[in-house]
Amino acid sequence: MLAFVVRRILQSILVMLAVALIAFTLFRFVGDPVNQMVGADTPQAEVEKMREVLGLNDSTLVQFARFIWNALHFDFGISYQFRQSVTALLAERAPATLELALAAAAFALVVGVLMGVYCALRKDGFLAKLFQAVSLVGVSLPTFLIGILLIYLFSVALNWLPSNGRGQVVKVGDWWTTGFLTVSGWKALILPAITLGLFQMTLIMRLVRSEMLEVLRTDYIKFARARGLTTRAIHFGHALKNTLIPVITITGLQLGSIIAFAIITETVFNWPGMGLLFLKAVQNVDIPIMAAYLMLIGFLFVMINLIVDLLYAFVDPRLRAAMQG
Amino acid sequence: MSVPVLSVRDLQVEFVTRRGTLRALDGVSFDIAKGEILGVVGESGAGKSVTGSALIGLIDPPGRIAGGEVLLHGERIDNLDAESLRRLRGKKIGMIFQDPLTSLNPLYRVSEQLIQTIRTHTTLSERAARERAIGLLNEVGIPAAERRIDSYPHEFSGGMRQRVVIALALCAEPDFVIADEPTTALDVSVQAQIIALLKRLCAERGMAAMLVTHDMGVIAETADRVGVMYAGRVVEIGPVGDVIKEPKHPYAKGLMGAIPSLEAEIDRLTQIPGSMPRLSAIPAGCAFNPRCVDVFDRCRSERPGLIGVGDNHKAACHLHDGKGRA
Amino acid sequence: MSHPNPEEIKGLTTALTGASAGAAPHLGPPRPRSLIERMKDSDIWLSFKASKLAMVAALVFVLMTFGAIFAPLLATMNPFDPAQIFLADSSLPPAWATGGDPRFFLGTDDQGRDMYSAILYGLRISLIVGGLGVLLAALIGITLGLVAGYVGGRVDALIMRIADVQLTFPAILIALLIDGVFRALVKTGNKEESAMFVLILSIGLSFWVQYARTIRGSTMVEKNKDYVQAARLVGLPVPIIMLRHVLPNVIGPTLVILTINLGLAIITEATLSFLGVGLPPTQPSLGTLISIGQRYLFSGDWWIVAFPGLTLAILVLAVNLLGDWLRDALNPKLR
Repeated sequence: MLAFVVRRILQSILVMLAVALIAFTLFRFVGDPVNQMVGADTPQAEVEKMREVLGLNDSTLVQFARFIWNALHFDFGISYQFRQSVTALLAERAPATLELALAAAAFALVVGVLMGVYCALRKDGFLAKLFQAVSLVGVSLPTFLIGILLIYLFSVALNWLPSNGRGQVVKVGDWWTTGFLTVSGWKALILPAITLGLFQMTLIMRLVRSEMLEVLRTDYIKFARARGLTTRAIHFGHALKNTLIPVITITGLQLGSIIAFAIITETVFNWPGMGLLFLKAVQNVDIPIMAAYLMLIGFLFVMINLIVDLLYAFVDPRLRAAMQG
Repeated sequence: MSVPVLSVRDLQVEFVTRRGTLRALDGVSFDIAKGEILGVVGESGAGKSVTGSALIGLIDPPGRIAGGEVLLHGERIDNLDAESLRRLRGKKIGMIFQDPLTSLNPLYRVSEQLIQTIRTHTTLSERAARERAIGLLNEVGIPAAERRIDSYPHEFSGGMRQRVVIALALCAEPDFVIADEPTTALDVSVQAQIIALLKRLCAERGMAAMLVTHDMGVIAETADRVGVMYAGRVVEIGPVGDVIKEPKHPYAKGLMGAIPSLEAEIDRLTQIPGSMPRLSAIPAGCAFNPRCVDVFDRCRSERPGLIGVGDNHKAACHLHDGKGRA
Repeated sequence: MSHPNPEEIKGLTTALTGASAGAAPHLGPPRPRSLIERMKDSDIWLSFKASKLAMVAALVFVLMTFGAIFAPLLATMNPFDPAQIFLADSSLPPAWATGGDPRFFLGTDDQGRDMYSAILYGLRISLIVGGLGVLLAALIGITLGLVAGYVGGRVDALIMRIADVQLTFPAILIALLIDGVFRALVKTGNKEESAMFVLILSIGLSFWVQYARTIRGSTMVEKNKDYVQAARLVGLPVPIIMLRHVLPNVIGPTLVILTINLGLAIITEATLSFLGVGLPPTQPSLGTLISIGQRYLFSGDWWIVAFPGLTLAILVLAVNLLGDWLRDALNPKLR
């Protein structure tokens, strides 16, 4: 078990190094950092001085090491557009994105599992067929189109929910702002969370459905029925537990995607998160922000992968045994 | 004679498919008395397993029981509602499946599966159910049951797992148990142990059993009576010694001829020419007629019923109804 | 659920690759029947005729492709030509609504562009970018997969590690990054002209992994078969063996990936354009049109977003349905 954990952690570090290399390459070689920072009329001597100060004249390897060292201290340099520390810019917007992603994931998981189980148990029912059809359409609709559709319905036509921003936020601690404590915060969250979670929800629904149908066909379910266990015990005990293991994995892995896809949702709803910041960086070629965001998302993905793998090993006794033996 | 534990009367099972209705069981009838083991043999697809599933009420759509009756202690159970049937399963009728590797839920400890089943059918407390579970595991021959009960299924060998399956099937003390090829998936060396265990448990508990298998050796050793099935019909049924030594139905004869024997005088095993018809193309009259060496006109038009051919021994063949080849 | 037997599946693969496994394609006897004749006999055609949904999807897709190809003939104006656009005609509702103008059947956008024409041209861009992007991805993926599978060793390890890392991130993020990099590299003046190429490149570089993995897997199997060994013994150069012997036998499954990815690529293009890093408003794709339309949602100009949105949704749905059907028809086990 320990060997497995260590090996997985080493793998994760290796992937992070690869991501860091890409981020560094971006930072260092795509557009000259100094040219971005100085005006056109800055004297050449001053430019040279800046290069020296920034360490751009050192060898590439030294620069890469310094980049990693700085990254470990959450230092990603200064944004070209805002002339502000990238870390501060990201930290300021992180709560918005994380709260949105969390709400979207919760929505996707709860509704997806419920609908998936329903579709598996009432396979031929009208509602199950309807869910299936809607999920197919849902997968085909781009996220931004779904967002716009929801805005048109609930903001323009019905005027029930806001289409823009986070509502009223409350400061918690030194650097966290939350929308969970105000009514307007909750109202503002509903449409973006549904938009962001819908794709994952249909994914989870389809996965739960097909996994559960598979499990219901197994011998151990037939044997459980032959022993006269109640339908409830079979469906929601035996079948669901076996179904949820692969679902946990996929959902966990999707969490990273949700955060990445937040870029689109944040644009549609003008949600003041990291995704919007990243998009502005791409539009304005603000390399430090792009590099930092890449590192951040890379870190999230690697961590999620790691946790899911370890969790998976913990939940499934067969794997647990395989690793001990 | 007292009321048999289980009576099957003219049971019909159909599967409705897009290409029409397939009759998987057609007029199956037999009785099983208290403490008796009925062996059921036949080729794959003859309807052995479908019979087992039908008795326990586990025929899933598109399949359905289309006719006939199943009586347990003289009372009909085939027309019970789903909930009553469920209460019956495990409590009155137990079932043992073929593959012990897949019959146990891999994510639950053996203790959890046993205790859950016991508590579904009794009012025992958690602690009492656990006691009973340990007793059962001892009874089916699992060493150090007290310790091993909290293991997961994958921590047991195949043979041990089948013992767990048997314990699970019997944990609410059913009067009748269906064993559907209980040894097919096991090593040969383990097969005999499991069969001996089943035989012992039936004797000790006075339990009736239906043993589905295509291993005639197992039948000869274990069963009191044997039924031979072909294309969803019982073609011969009788005391195990009579059927094996003096089979009356041509198919049964062929089947017995196909068993290797140590004191065989012939050096070749007989083979039945052809193969069993698909359910969608069962011939009129006797289902066996295209392959039968003794076939005559009536076999192609009139379906033979089960006719007495000896003491408690019946065969479904026109050769034995006294009218001969007329 | 019916499962075709292995023979049928084999027949299918043969129909697709034009070569049966184990026989070198160019050594075989001349093909007795044309491709179309063989197509008509294959299970894939039968399965197609059996699936009404697939037929409708194919019809819709063909119609849309037709509309895109002949956009200059079908459109009432060229939406990319500023000389044909008049601000006086801006934000007109569809012809049937009150205030509609019969010249503009689906209304006009904020610049006075005819929506119907803009959609046809946008569809054209979506299909070109999506199609070429997917083809580029296939080209990269198949090449790398072939090399990784055939050469093995360190080359294989390197390619597959890159694939692993890239697979960790969603394609849209990769595409955004690549897009950003190219925007930084391309000189400011050329941005609008190069937008389409940047998009195709972004999509190509984001979607290659799946092809590479599939091709690598089957290449590793094929490489050890007798006909490849025989070609080696004869002394054929490695590139020839890879292209003429291995490739025809491993390329079948990529057709399914290609179809399924086409939908994704179209969505990716639309998303990038919607986010403002794709095609500029001067030559709008469907995504750009939707992005423009969103700004006017609250002023009640629903048609600017509705018609391009509907077109995009129907296009992607049709492609996805075709992809799903193709996947099921070729490999029932995946269902």
